[in-house]
Amino acid sequence: MKNLIAWFDERIPMTKTWNIHLAQYPAPKNFNFWYVFGALAMLVLVNQILTGIWLTMNYVPSAEGAFASVEYIMRDVDYGWLLRYMHSTGASAFFVVVYLHMFRGMMYGSYQKPRELLWVFGMLIFLVLMAEAFMGYLLPWGQMSYWGAQVIISLFGAIPIIGDDLTLWIRGDYVISGATLNRFFALHVIALPLVLVILVFLHIIALHEVGSNNPEGVPIKKKKGSVSEEEKPNFKFHERFTKKYDIVDSIPFYPYYVVKDLVGVGIFLFFFCYVIFFAPAMGGLFLEPPNFEPANPLKTPEHIAPVWYFTPFYAILRAVPDKLLGVILMFGAIVALFLLPWLDRGKVRSIRYRSGFHKLNLTIFAVSFVALGYLGLKPATEVYTLFSRIFTFLYFAFFVLLFFYSKNENTKPVPERITK
Amino acid sequence: MSNAPVDKGRRRFLTVATSVVGAAGAVGVAVPFIASWNPSARAKNAGAPVEVNIGKAEPGQMIRVEWRGQPVWVVRRTPEMLAGLDGLADLLRDPNSEEPQQPEYAQNQYRSRRKEYFVAVGICTHLGCSPQYLEDTFAEQVEGVNAGFFCPCHGSKFDIAGRVFEGVPAPYNLVVPPHYYIDDNTILVGQDGEQA
Repeated sequence: MKNLIAWFDERIPMTKTWNIHLAQYPAPKNFNFWYVFGALAMLVLVNQILTGIWLTMNYVPSAEGAFASVEYIMRDVDYGWLLRYMHSTGASAFFVVVYLHMFRGMMYGSYQKPRELLWVFGMLIFLVLMAEAFMGYLLPWGQMSYWGAQVIISLFGAIPIIGDDLTLWIRGDYVISGATLNRFFALHVIALPLVLVILVFLHIIALHEVGSNNPEGVPIKKKKGSVSEEEKPNFKFHERFTKKYDIVDSIPFYPYYVVKDLVGVGIFLFFFCYVIFFAPAMGGLFLEPPNFEPANPLKTPEHIAPVWYFTPFYAILRAVPDKLLGVILMFGAIVALFLLPWLDRGKVRSIRYRSGFHKLNLTIFAVSFVALGYLGLKPATEVYTLFSRIFTFLYFAFFVLLFFYSKNENTKPVPERITK
Repeated sequence: MSNAPVDKGRRRFLTVATSVVGAAGAVGVAVPFIASWNPSARAKNAGAPVEVNIGKAEPGQMIRVEWRGQPVWVVRRTPEMLAGLDGLADLLRDPNSEEPQQPEYAQNQYRSRRKEYFVAVGICTHLGCSPQYLEDTFAEQVEGVNAGFFCPCHGSKFDIAGRVFEGVPAPYNLVVPPHYYIDDNTILVGQDGEQA
């Protein structure tokens, strides 16, 4: 066995990679439960790829065959229903864990210097994930698939001058048709997953270069030679990390955080399986009722709403009584998140040591996001539109206010070390 | 191996020239990939004009046909509906149809060739949903206006000539497709007139 490992290590950096990224990788010792969502997102990604490959074995990507083939998978393929529900529930689960993962980053300032690029890669993953989910939702070719895609593609029509030609080019037809379905299928099963996996790889490489933040927001890297031997943790970390810095208050990722993440995985799977087996449509949230009817280009469903994970942005779009401005504001809501590392000019990372005003601001932001998500599911009545406008305003106010108060924020003193 | 001195200028020229030619090649290679997303010849053929028989339409009735895969409406408007179009100008975004959402022959108060029949593409100019035809319950949406079109997606409202109301997300009036009357009972949607 030893010889075999040595044989490989002479030819590929196997043990070295294992040590640098797992067994001798220093992670702050004070991670709380908010830190499991990254690992969970990886788990869901694997679930999506695996079930997705199996679904393509029976799915027919054509306007004539798509809807029937999904029904065929559900009724006639052994365990087809399970594979499909794992995939459809996985899509929603992906957004649940990613939204929580992002909020963790916002709470503990994980986007601040030197982790800006890490955050940007994460946002790119979020963007590709949204495209992936949107294109995947067209594939069952139900009423909501069809009209949802119609609405989203029309967004590009708001761009002056080239808008109409651009939507025609995206659809490949004068309306959503089989041509659109087939190209979305190609992008959904090959192009975007490939991009997604590459981005996840870069996200992790960037993370391991700068190291994890933690709930205290206090660095675990100290100036070389500034820490006495007895204060250093009793673990062997790879010299890549100890060469330039003294590492404090850390434990190796493997086995400690692997085991911790496994506990999170267990709890997650409990909820995941509950939804798959007892509520796969989640009361119309994960699979919308009109989608059990085949696509009909001549009849729009009474009420169109995107799947829940898009509704916060959709509510922003609807809140504006001008098409182009609505589209700009909707994309602006995502761009603002991209720019977060530069909008926040504060030096203190964790919410634990930031001002009361920041805590309030972040709370209002989170409430607005959830409220917009709810409003995006509702029909566009006057009262709902009014509330959408208020929460859209609060959503953007978070970023604007943050930019101004973070420069001279009244923060609490940050401890030198993670509290023992 | 010769040990001739390196001609830096020449080396830079060659590097730049090679890069430019390479970039031009890359652009060329991108063309088929991008152009293949355009509507195919078959999709374009499916855009042929369609005939609509209006001989049996009752007053107030809407006929739906498919043209280029889009719903096209033909509404036989009642005299009350036509009378209701007067005096709405203040509530509308584009009461005189100045935006190019219709052929020239439909740029009038009724937005139609013959005022009794309204021909329009049944797709909301906001985000492409198909609005509902509210024959006599439109007053719930706009007080005092009895007939119109209401888009359930985002609440856009249009009068019975497809003119958009103020304060809704849709920016333009409904599109009137090219069409003409072959005879009194037949409309051809998709062409402006007889073609040679």
